[in-house]
Amino acid sequence: MGYVAIKGGGVAIKGSLEALETLRAAEGEQGVPLSLSAIENQLRLLTSRIVSEGGLYHPRLAALAIKQMQGDTLEAAFALRAYRSTKPRLMSTPVQETRRMRVIRRISSAFKDIPGGQMLGPTYDYALRLMRIDLADESPEVFREIAAKFMADTPGDALPETYPKVVEALRKDGLLPEAPAHDIEPFDITREPLIFPIPRSAVLSSMARAETGSLLALAYSNMRGYGDIHPTIAELRVGYLPVYLPHPVTGEEIEAGEVLITECEVVAMYENSDNKSKPVFTLGYGACFGHNETKAISMAVLDRALQKGMKEGPTNPSEDPEFVVLHVDGVDSMGFANHYKMPHYVTFQSDMDRLRTTQAKAEQKRGNKK
Amino acid sequence: MNPYYELPQDEAGYSFGFLDEYAKREVRRNILKAICIPGYQTPYASREMPMGRGFGTGGLQLTLSLVGWGDTLKVIDQGADDSVNAVNLRHFIELTCPGVDTTEQTREATLIQSRHRIPERQLTNAQVLVLQVPYPDPLVVVEPSEARRKIMHGEGDYSRLLTKLYEDIVRFDEITISHRYPTRINGHYVLDPSPIPRFDIPKLNQSPALILFGAGREKKIYAVPPYTNAEPLAFDDIAFRTEDFTDEQGRRRSCHRCGATDSFLDEFTRDDGVRIYQCSDSDYCNQGIVAHILSAGEAAL
Repeated sequence: MGYVAIKGGGVAIKGSLEALETLRAAEGEQGVPLSLSAIENQLRLLTSRIVSEGGLYHPRLAALAIKQMQGDTLEAAFALRAYRSTKPRLMSTPVQETRRMRVIRRISSAFKDIPGGQMLGPTYDYALRLMRIDLADESPEVFREIAAKFMADTPGDALPETYPKVVEALRKDGLLPEAPAHDIEPFDITREPLIFPIPRSAVLSSMARAETGSLLALAYSNMRGYGDIHPTIAELRVGYLPVYLPHPVTGEEIEAGEVLITECEVVAMYENSDNKSKPVFTLGYGACFGHNETKAISMAVLDRALQKGMKEGPTNPSEDPEFVVLHVDGVDSMGFANHYKMPHYVTFQSDMDRLRTTQAKAEQKRGNKK
Repeated sequence: MNPYYELPQDEAGYSFGFLDEYAKREVRRNILKAICIPGYQTPYASREMPMGRGFGTGGLQLTLSLVGWGDTLKVIDQGADDSVNAVNLRHFIELTCPGVDTTEQTREATLIQSRHRIPERQLTNAQVLVLQVPYPDPLVVVEPSEARRKIMHGEGDYSRLLTKLYEDIVRFDEITISHRYPTRINGHYVLDPSPIPRFDIPKLNQSPALILFGAGREKKIYAVPPYTNAEPLAFDDIAFRTEDFTDEQGRRRSCHRCGATDSFLDEFTRDDGVRIYQCSDSDYCNQGIVAHILSAGEAAL
């Protein structure tokens, strides 16, 4: 009589990994392994999701994670996060100005005309979601010509490098309060535990690496009626943000590289004023690595909802910082959901003991009554 | 990004114990705090580990921060060394901590990481036990908000928890908490002892070994320091009770393998439909068999 089946796990794990690896290569003789460059570029929105949820801007490693995890976004983001755990924090970045962003898309739903103009850029918003059968069997030659053709007729200096921000115009008009001073050291969620109540910077950074679907679900609950934010998008922009870091020797800020980010600012109806100051609109802010508009919008809506909750007390789940921040992390939630697959023999044995005892007692009672 | 960019080959090189040194130091600092305030849930910035949250990442961070050359490590899950999760964690530690020995024998280990069990064999003051924790806060059953629970702990306000126990008695004539039994440490904080069975709760009391609890996903570390009082919540007239392993004839069930009558037993049904019982602690069971063989050998002489 041996042990129960699950024990003797070493062999089982090895076999399981081999099966997984076999499925990755199951295309067989016709198969061509995915190149990281193809994943990074052709599946750019997937890569975007992983760098954002993984909390590490490294598109090439994200592409590797996607390949390794066979396209599972939760697992891929998780691998990137775990990799991040091995790296020390060397410095914190100064405040980065998104005004400097090299924009590929920026829109406002608040104003028809915004300084610098609306720029639709790459979006599926107005694309018909009809199946493009021609993509099913694309020839490499045609494929390579697409990008070359697109830029051929565009002179290099046709577009401005940067665009002004819509919220700045709103501030100038006195419709929005002044931007909060950024002399406060931001909360680093990777180095400090969350102890509630937490500052807004901790809420924002938690949401910036949250799982897209989780953020969307909670933001959507607010939009549908479990909340009353009714947002208007002042500006949504996607583009490459130059990252400035202090030079290690001179301390002077220098451009160290750039990151693709999505930024969203929503404006909501004004708050109950304290009578002393004039009423103004309020702002919700969302930003994340990569091109992920759903996430940035959801985050902005939740930021606004949570600010209300922190000020007046939450009346809905989406206004409760503890509820939102502790339940939107993909790595945490998927890990815990999956841990239920592990053996729970001991605790279940205890459960059975309690049930049998209470059953016996209930039976005894019934017997006494008769 | 540069299309010609290639990943450097050392991109995934890891330091001893996987975590960077600052992270390990932070964990050790929080362990000291947890020992100083017995039973208090010390918050820490838990790192992501390369295995799932809920698979023992809290315990693992404690182990990786404490383990060093000369240590002998034992990893168990459900009492067994060869359970898939234990194998996986041990393999990871072996991979990232060269020079650390591993063992399956409780006696030999200096550091033991465990899920759901405290070994049957009495631990010594030269050993540290690390338990993996899914829910660090015993108050979560009566209060969902962490901010409010923190205040309740500070004030030593466990009235709602005691009310829950009382309601159980009224409804079922029994306290129905089967595992994770709330236990008061050093007369103040009540902790969640991790999902160990009630059978293991008495082992926390005045334990010679330091017992550490790591909740990775919930980002908490807490401790039962050596030789500290640990009392399960109960009432004067309703005593705390461990799992009952007596059979229909009123005899203590024994392990079908080693014959032990003093261990926590796993229950399972054999292919022929017979229900059998076996030690959950595999090392304890093996040691029992070895002892039998030795004594049988002596008897034969």
